[in-house]
Formats: sequence, structure tokens, C-alpha cells
Amino acid sequence: MNDPAISIALVGSGGSGVMTAGSLLLEAAGRAGLYGMMSRSSGPQIRGGEAAALLRISTRPVFCLGNRFDFLVAIDWANAERFAAEIPLDTESTIVGDDDIPDEFSASGATFKEVSFKRLAAQSAGLRPNMIALGLIGSAIGLPPGELEAVAKKLLDHKGKATVEASVSALSIGAATLDGLKTIDIKTESVAELWNISGNEAAGLGAVRGGVRFVAAYPITPATEMLEWLAPALEKIGGTLVQAEDELASVNQLIGASFGGTPSLTATSGPGLALMTESIGLAVASETPVVVVNVMRGGPSTGIPTKSEQSDLNIALYGLHGDAPHLVVAPLSVSDCLFSAQWAVHLAETLQTAAIVLSDQSLAQTRAVIPRPVDVFFGARRAVQTEAWEDYERYATVPGGVSPMALPGLTGCQYTADGLEHNTQGTPSSRVEDHARQLDKRRDKLALHDYGDHWAHIDGNGPMAIITWGSSLAPVEEAVETLAPEGIALRVIAPRLLMPVQPERMAAALEGVETALVVEQSHGGQFFHYIRAFYAPECELHSMARPGPLPIRPADVTHAIREQWRGS
Amino acid sequence: MNAIDVTERPGFLAYALAIENEAVERYTTFAEQMDVTNNREAAELFREMARLETLHAKEIEARIGGQTLPEGASCEYAWPDGESPEAPDFSDTHYLMTPYQALTLVLEAEQRAVEFFETIERAGTDEAVRKMAAEFAKEEREHVRRVRQWRERYPPPERDWDDDPDPPNQAE
Amino acid sequence: MERVVTSGAATEVTLKPKDYKSDIKPVWCPGCGDFSVLAAITRALAALKVAPENVAVISGIGCSSRIPAYLDTYGFHGAHGRALPLATGLKISRPDLCVLVAGGDGDGFSIGGNHFLQVCRRNVDITYIVMDNQVYGMTKGQASPTTEPDWDRSKLTPHGTRINAFYPLVVALASGANFIARASSSDPNGAAKVIGEAIGHPGFSFVQVLSPCVTFRPEQRDWKKIVRPAPIEATTDPAAAARRLMTDDNFYLGVLYKGNRAPFEPDSAGQPSTEQELEEEFKV
Repeated sequence: MNDPAISIALVGSGGSGVMTAGSLLLEAAGRAGLYGMMSRSSGPQIRGGEAAALLRISTRPVFCLGNRFDFLVAIDWANAERFAAEIPLDTESTIVGDDDIPDEFSASGATFKEVSFKRLAAQSAGLRPNMIALGLIGSAIGLPPGELEAVAKKLLDHKGKATVEASVSALSIGAATLDGLKTIDIKTESVAELWNISGNEAAGLGAVRGGVRFVAAYPITPATEMLEWLAPALEKIGGTLVQAEDELASVNQLIGASFGGTPSLTATSGPGLALMTESIGLAVASETPVVVVNVMRGGPSTGIPTKSEQSDLNIALYGLHGDAPHLVVAPLSVSDCLFSAQWAVHLAETLQTAAIVLSDQSLAQTRAVIPRPVDVFFGARRAVQTEAWEDYERYATVPGGVSPMALPGLTGCQYTADGLEHNTQGTPSSRVEDHARQLDKRRDKLALHDYGDHWAHIDGNGPMAIITWGSSLAPVEEAVETLAPEGIALRVIAPRLLMPVQPERMAAALEGVETALVVEQSHGGQFFHYIRAFYAPECELHSMARPGPLPIRPADVTHAIREQWRGS
Repeated sequence: MNAIDVTERPGFLAYALAIENEAVERYTTFAEQMDVTNNREAAELFREMARLETLHAKEIEARIGGQTLPEGASCEYAWPDGESPEAPDFSDTHYLMTPYQALTLVLEAEQRAVEFFETIERAGTDEAVRKMAAEFAKEEREHVRRVRQWRERYPPPERDWDDDPDPPNQAE
Repeated sequence: MERVVTSGAATEVTLKPKDYKSDIKPVWCPGCGDFSVLAAITRALAALKVAPENVAVISGIGCSSRIPAYLDTYGFHGAHGRALPLATGLKISRPDLCVLVAGGDGDGFSIGGNHFLQVCRRNVDITYIVMDNQVYGMTKGQASPTTEPDWDRSKLTPHGTRINAFYPLVVALASGANFIARASSSDPNGAAKVIGEAIGHPGFSFVQVLSPCVTFRPEQRDWKKIVRPAPIEATTDPAAAARRLMTDDNFYLGVLYKGNRAPFEPDSAGQPSTEQELEEEFKV
């Protein structure tokens, strides 16, 4: 297959500025009409650590890292070997940098071009090695020099004229160092509006579009940037973000704000979600809408905070004590973080329950140049009691299960929301019939809702299927594309709505499937077991479950498929 | 906000009415407490007290007629020991209390009411108010006599009146 | 009593204390101090003339935390120890409401202990009433943070807790609470006055109400004989308040401290923008 994408790794340490160079490269590519994405990897140091910017730039939208890298550009090699597993090279690859290349990279047989960025930078005052590297790689892939200069100027303008001039000079020194090696085919015709956005930012924007006006925040990697984006954004549109003392406080602040009528959300990661689960149950029992965006990272415990894994599925699905029906929604791409967050807010509000959005580090911290996401609008809002009513019952069993919520301030409808089991008025009750009635109510309102086509991404047909979710969809889709010319047709089913389950829809999606492979990034096959437990497909079912920290690459999936269906 | 002056007629009537209203409320609460803890006898007794105090309140209201009384929140009355004399202390009920004990609480409350009015009768400056206080004290003395008679119908509590063979319940 | 309610009183109403009570009968033991606190709260609200629908009473778990259902206001009976953050979220997003938090010593100082410190620091305009009986009643009488270290009547700690008791007023003052007071259930009118003053005072107000547990700590029935007004007037000087606490024996009643800190206000932008404008930064 003709892969139009170019993959570039920039490595360096001790304040070398590879992340800045990577971001500028992505932005410049976007300005040139290209698509792309950048993820990052770094050592544990707060400052001065070794870092790698991992980019993929293409004429088509790209949503996951490739199987290999075309370029490895090293400003220096300090501790760079720790990234070797993340930067697969081959004989077609090119390494650029000093000649003390770690064996882990040189063993790949890649072509080596010796360039000492630090020596080049020492020629004249103000020259920065990362800007020389940026000029070099931009030129090597054929980016218009004007675009690189424009993004550098935008970034450095506040530092004064001298700095800007030095950067422009550094870019041209870099560009002159190496001629075009593998150039990308830049189309000159105008493309659709492009956005440069991370999954965390997209989820934040989705939350705001969904109507969220109160956010309680406790910092945790890799969810913090979502909260940091929301803080000024909410301030601008008349909402509020409060930094709470811990996750126990943040989720309860949400419940309080939502009880008062304000759509509320927080973002966290595994350890924070674990702390919140008791009170998410309170939101379910008291029928108070809240949204918790859980950006998954390697677990258990503190695990690998900076790396992605789809291993919080079980806690999101089953972590609440008691029978506590709630919503679990998983975005399928960086761009889909916007839609999924907005949809989750809409669902939580209209169904008066808790929603957990399962994003992950690779979606959240990947910065991507993508076509502007399509605007969606959900008309329905929270059902609110608008007039005094003597016989008001907060937890009345009504058709559909969603009973109007009275907001404090409304005369004559005072009630006490309760986490204790209650009767229809909210009075605590341990009676058999009250428990049964309220359990049914909370289950039925979710079960009876029509989630429409948003419940899953379904593509292709034929007797062979891949069932996957979240960030694993991108490598799966690329694998499917790779295999198509070989005559291997695959159906892809990726549920966006994980709870409540949709057995009829899944059965329809699986109609005619004889064999299916369940692809996920976890060690225990959590998603595989979920599919088996709730959908019990009649087809043959196989599992491809890989833990983090390495991303699932398209080649991993093609390999698994070939293994699975060899000869079929 | 100024305290209500009990030595003038409108203030005195406000106090007299508040005494009865607070008693109604207190006995209603006590009756509910006894309902919840399934002490039927004591519940009925406190409910009866709430009914009687409601009648007394109505009598005072009738006497007030259309007169405007000074307004005050309940916590703004200057009671001799912080609480309205005819409302027994919240802490003095017990879920196993016998009718004799319940009526003892009532008796003590009525006695405090007698003292309250007698004090005004003695110390008052307005002749009309003193006369009313004397009248009310007399009435309360009559209540004391009747409650004492009523209590005589019941035996004093046994030594182990508060024995409960079962441990307390755990609710949450 | 000060009639100015900073905490949400859009409309003044004239109601009797009992109008603030719901028709649900408390599950508390007869003789429990919480009955008196319930009466005190209703008296304070009636005196403040705040409409019941503009009041929200938030609680966690425990005997005293059952109180919201007994009031005819809005209420939230939430998770153990989490009433303060829930109330914080509510008050910040609905500053028009009068928000009270009520609960016990275990709920507030043990499982919810960190929230107590943080809410004192944050100084959101809410009033926190802790009914302190130095015991966990709902779970059958275990030692709480305010229990004496040598109290050995619990099966869980048969030799006493042997850890220092928690001093709520000291911690509240050190953490920055803007109004600090102690009341007693033996004097519901006195408690009502203090609670009313606490609600009227801007910022975070903390009221410890000594409220005996007649079932697990029957000896606390004697508290009414021990409590007495503090010998010193309320102060606006934290240092003076701290000095008074050094000779405090936990039975002095009254307002200890009234601070002047401005209540917490969320940041707001000078020029509001639209959701559409938020997209600008993403455009390539």
C-alpha cells in the first residue's frame, strides 16, 4: 500500500526543546494543508529530562502512530535508548544526529546522517539547536519554509525581534544542512478548515458545548490539561471551575452544583476515579446528573501515569457498589473526544444519572491536526419541575423513568435528595416495594432511552469482524485498510456506548459474523470479557489484548488477524 | 430587636400565648417520639397534653381578641431559664418512660408555669397585668392539681423500668 | 438579632418555626439532643424570615445527618463525610441560596476531616452545624474524634482510643473559619440565636452544638449542668480567640470569633464570550 504518511521522532534532553520543535512542525504542516498528530514520551524528571516528540504527518487524516519511523532526529542522545521500543526503525529509516548513536537504534540498519545540532548552534549567538532541527526536518520532508517561519514567529514574537531573527536564521541553517530526503506530496488546493487540538482540549470543548458550567478539579496526569483548558474557558462563558482538595471533594462538589441545577463535570484518571466511585453511586441513587471524564493511564495503583492503557474499563463498568445503572461512554478518536463528552453531558442531564467518559492518555495528550469536527446539537435538556405542586414526588415512577427534578428556590416542591433507598417522595425506606420500584426506575430510564446510531461506530461487512473500542479503533482501521487489497474484508464494530449495553443493536451488527477478534489495550482482556458477558456472540471469539505502555500499532493488528485467519 | 416587655399588657399576653404554643409544639414532638419508639401509652398521653395546651392557647387568643401583640421570634423571649417554662426539656424523655414519668414531666412543667406567673404577679408594676398574672397562676395551680390526680392513676416506675434485653439497633 | 441575611434571602417571609419542619418523624432516640438542634434551626430560620424554598440543608451520614428530611427546606442527605464539598458546589453555583450543612462529629471531623480544614480555608458563605456527642451512634457507639482518649465503653476500643481528642474550635480557628461558636442542645433558644448569627455572618461559619447521646453516652445528660456562657465576648481578633481557647474546657458557650475575611467568590471574566469564540484557538 502506498502510505502517504511520514513518521518523525525528535529526541533530546536537558531542555533541548524537542516538544516545542514537534509542536511547531505539526502546526506548520497544518498550515500547509496537511494532517498530522503528535504524541509525546518523556522521562520522569520534572525539568531537564530526556524527551521524544513522536509525529506522523500525512495528506490524509491520521489517528494513530505508524508501524515504523521514517526519521529519528536527535539533538542529543542522552538516555534516548529508553525510547527505542517506542521508535521502531528499519533499513528505510534515516537517523540524524551526533555519531554516538545508541546501539538500540544503530542496530536497525537505518541510514545515518551525521549532524551536530549543538555545534551548528554554537556558530552564532541566539541560535537554538531545536530550531535548526526543525528547519532540517521541515526541509527534509518538503514543508514550505514560509510556514515554519510563520509558526516560529507566532511563538516567539513576545521575546523580541532578535530572538525571532535568530530563529529564522536557525531554520535556514537547518534547511541547508540536509536536502529533501522523503518529501510529502502537498496538495495546493484548499482543504476544509483544520483544527490543531488535543483530546483533552476536545473533551473540554465538548463539555462546554454540552452545557457544563461547573467543573470541580483535582490535578492528575494525564487529565490535568483538560481541567486547565476548562478553567479560563468557563470563566469566559460565565461558568466556574473550582480546584478541590481531593477527588472525594471534587465529585461531591459536582453533585452539589448539579443539585442546584448546573450541569457539572470533572476529569480524572484511574486513582482519582477509584476515590470517586462511592459518590458516583450517590449521584446514581439520588438521580443527580454528573459527568466524570476518566483519562485512562497504565494501572493498577499509580501505575504508569504518562502512558496509555484501556484498563479502567472494569472499574468504570462495575466499580460502583450496589446495583447502580449508569452511563459509560468511550470516545473513539481525538476528534471524537468532543462529541463523546458533549453526548455524555446530554445523556447524564436528560437521564438524571452519572456518566463516566473513558478517554485515555493516547487520545487525551495527542495533539492532532484534524478537519474541524462536525457541530452536533442535542435539543433535550434536564427535566425540571417548573411549578409548585402539592403532591410533588421527586422520585415518582413515571413512564420512561425520568421524573422532573425540582431545583432549590422553587416554592412548594422542597424535597431531600437521598443516597439512602427512598420512596417516591425521597423519604428513606428499606421496604421491599420501595427498593424494587426505585431499582427498576433507575434501570429502566437508561434501558428505555433511544441512543440512536451514536451507540457505536460500525463499518464494513463480511463474516470476519474486529470488535474494539476507544483509542484501539485507529490502529484497527488502519490494519483493515492495509488488508483490504489482499482480499481480506473485515467488519469493524466499536461501541461508543459501553453502558447500558445494547444487545439488540450488537446482535444486528454481528449478523452473519462467523469469527471475531476483540482488540484492546489491556492485560486481562477486560473488553473481551465484557463482550462475552453482555453480548455472548454466537460466533467464534478471539482476544488480542496487549497492555501498555507501547501503543497498539496497525501492524500488531494485521499480524494478529493474519495469525487468526491464516488459511481461512 | 428589643426584648418583649412582659410587664405591660400586650407583652404579657404575648408571653402567655407563647407559653401555650411552645407547650403544644413540645408535646407534639414528644408524642411523635413515642410513636416512633412504639411507646403507645406515653404517646397518647403527650398527644392529650398537646390537645389540652391547644385549648389553653385558644382561650388566650380569645382574650387577646383583635389586639396587636408585639412580634418576636420564639428565640427572642426572655425566659427565666432560656426555655418556655411549660415546655419540658428535650432531654427528659426516654423511649421506655412510663405514664407516671411522662406525667411527672408535665407536672414539673405546670409547676414552672405557676412560678412564672407568680413572679410577675409579685414583681409586676402594672396593676392590670398583675391581676391577669394572678389569674393565670391560679389556673396553672389548678392544672398542677389535675395532673397530680391524673398521675395517681399510674404506679411509679419499677426499679428496672429502663431494662431492654436487646442491644441498640444499627441503622446505617 | 441581626436580620440581614447574606446567604440567600430574596424574599422575606413570616413563618413560625414549626412551618420549617416537615411531617417526617425523626428516628432519633427520645431525649436526644438533636431534637433540640432541629428546633433551634427552625427558630433561627423563622427569625431570619428566609423562605424555606431558598434554604438547602446538606448532610452526610450519621444520626444527626438525618436532619434535612425533618425540615421543609430543600435537602441533600449524601455520602458519609462529604456534606461540606457538596454544599460548596451548591453554594458556588447557586449563591442565591441559604446553604446549611449539618452533621455529627464522626462525619465532620474523622471521615470528612480534610474537607473541614479546606472549607474553613476556602470561606464559602455557608454555615456548618456539628451536633457533637463524642460518639458514633448510628453504628452502635464507637469512639469518635472528639471522644476522650480513656473512654472505654466501646467494644471496638475496649481500652479507650488512647489518641488525643480533636478540638473542633481550635482547628476551625487555625484553618481560617470566619465565624466560630459553640452552643448547647440544653438551650435551644441560645443555640437558635447563635445559629442565626452564624447564617447572617458572611463566609464560612462553624457552630459546634453539644448534643448528648442518651443511648451510648447517658452521662452526657449532665452536660446541661456544666455548660455556661464564655466569660469573654466574641472577638474579631484571631489571637484573642486563640488565647481564649487555651483555657477552654469544651463547655463554654457563645460566639468565639467573628472574622472579616471576604467570602469566596469564583472568578468571572470582565467580558463574556460565546462558546463559538472558544474554538478560535484551535484553528490552524
